[in-house]
Amino acid sequence: MKPSPFEYHRPESVAEVFDCLSRLDGEVKLLAGGQSLVPMLNFRLARPDHLIDLNGLAELDYLRMTDAAMEIGALVRHHRLATDPQIAAALPLLAHGAASIGHYAIRQRGTLGGSLAHADPAAQLPLLAILLDADILCRSSAGQREVPAAKFFQSIMTTALEPGEVIIGVRFPRMPPALGWGFEVFSQRHGDFAIIAVGALLALDGDGRISKLRLAAGGIGATPVRFDEATTSLVGRKPDETWLSSLADAVCAACEIEETRIPAIFRRELVHALTQRAMAAALQRARGGTRP
Amino acid sequence: MSKRTIRLTVNGQEFTATVEPRRLLSDVLREDLGLTGTHVGCEHGVCGACTVLVDGNPTRACLTFAVQMEGQAITTVEAVAADGRYSALQQAMHEEHALQCGFCTPGIIMTFEAYLKENADPSEAEIREVLSGNLCRCTGYQNIVAAVRKAAAVKRGERA
Repeated sequence: MKPSPFEYHRPESVAEVFDCLSRLDGEVKLLAGGQSLVPMLNFRLARPDHLIDLNGLAELDYLRMTDAAMEIGALVRHHRLATDPQIAAALPLLAHGAASIGHYAIRQRGTLGGSLAHADPAAQLPLLAILLDADILCRSSAGQREVPAAKFFQSIMTTALEPGEVIIGVRFPRMPPALGWGFEVFSQRHGDFAIIAVGALLALDGDGRISKLRLAAGGIGATPVRFDEATTSLVGRKPDETWLSSLADAVCAACEIEETRIPAIFRRELVHALTQRAMAAALQRARGGTRP
Repeated sequence: MSKRTIRLTVNGQEFTATVEPRRLLSDVLREDLGLTGTHVGCEHGVCGACTVLVDGNPTRACLTFAVQMEGQAITTVEAVAADGRYSALQQAMHEEHALQCGFCTPGIIMTFEAYLKENADPSEAEIREVLSGNLCRCTGYQNIVAAVRKAAAVKRGERA
């Protein structure tokens, strides 16, 4: 339960991080909040030769608003995601989802960039990044590129980050105020990783018909999944109870759930139930009601 | 993997320790500085027994390396009582019988000393949400919730 030995590096700028990355031999890990990495080090599931601590990089702890988007620095901690009034106004779903990550003390330390780079298939932030069409800003000594969240997550704990690249921040398109949203997490104990999590976005036209519908779930397979194709036929309709259950049926029919420690049949039922709950909440918000 | 000499600020006092980078803050507090009030349970961030404050924010000492903490102010349970008097939270925990074996208690106190600064009047549901990060295997949660509610009321000046 103690980490194996490593050399510790604490750069004070992103440029120094690239310098470390090009200079160091052996296995190198970047340490942000450490709420996933340090347990893996304590269990010796990871045994890096070098640890580069990013916590001194004040330049990655930022919020930047534009008309269309909000850019959030990689070192912004979950607690700030959950409680910052600017984030709550521009991205209420992100704030709500971040409040459900782990526990109070974990959220004080865990970071946005760290969670995305870690890419746990059941984690909230990868799911929310995919649902909200975020772009992940990845920088190396050669320059910066933007990777859409849908392409960033490749498999379990595997991302599109290249060796030598660091997540700088994430750009989220701002949610229009009329956009309804819902987010449901089911876990064995409060604060555990989700068995299944479902996020929903929905907009209504002046007629009360659905003009936009987006749904994503985590805990199904190796990465969070969007259900754009499966739900196309449900757009343009007036939502009611029957519509909600047709939606859940369509999502479940499109789910390929791998058999794991927790039976697929149970997880499929969770997808069905949570889809309806998340979408019902989104519907209520889109109609201008606040959810109890 | 060479040792380094680090300077730590714990409970307002400066300490120097010569440690390997892999040494967890929880171990340095207990073994190098002799501050054994911080308890170590699971060593992977689940149980919450080792929770301390880093610049006022509750933090798992078992998920933090001591070398990371230079320049930050660490507060442990030893500093919660001032001038030999319990804090409002400690007093309420005592009065409400909110501890049995006491192993989880330091982590719970550090968590809620911070939380009650952020939320002076938490609901029972909010208290339980925060408390979910600290495991009590005597399962005395009812009394812990009651103690936090009482401490919050005392701090707000609504009861003695």
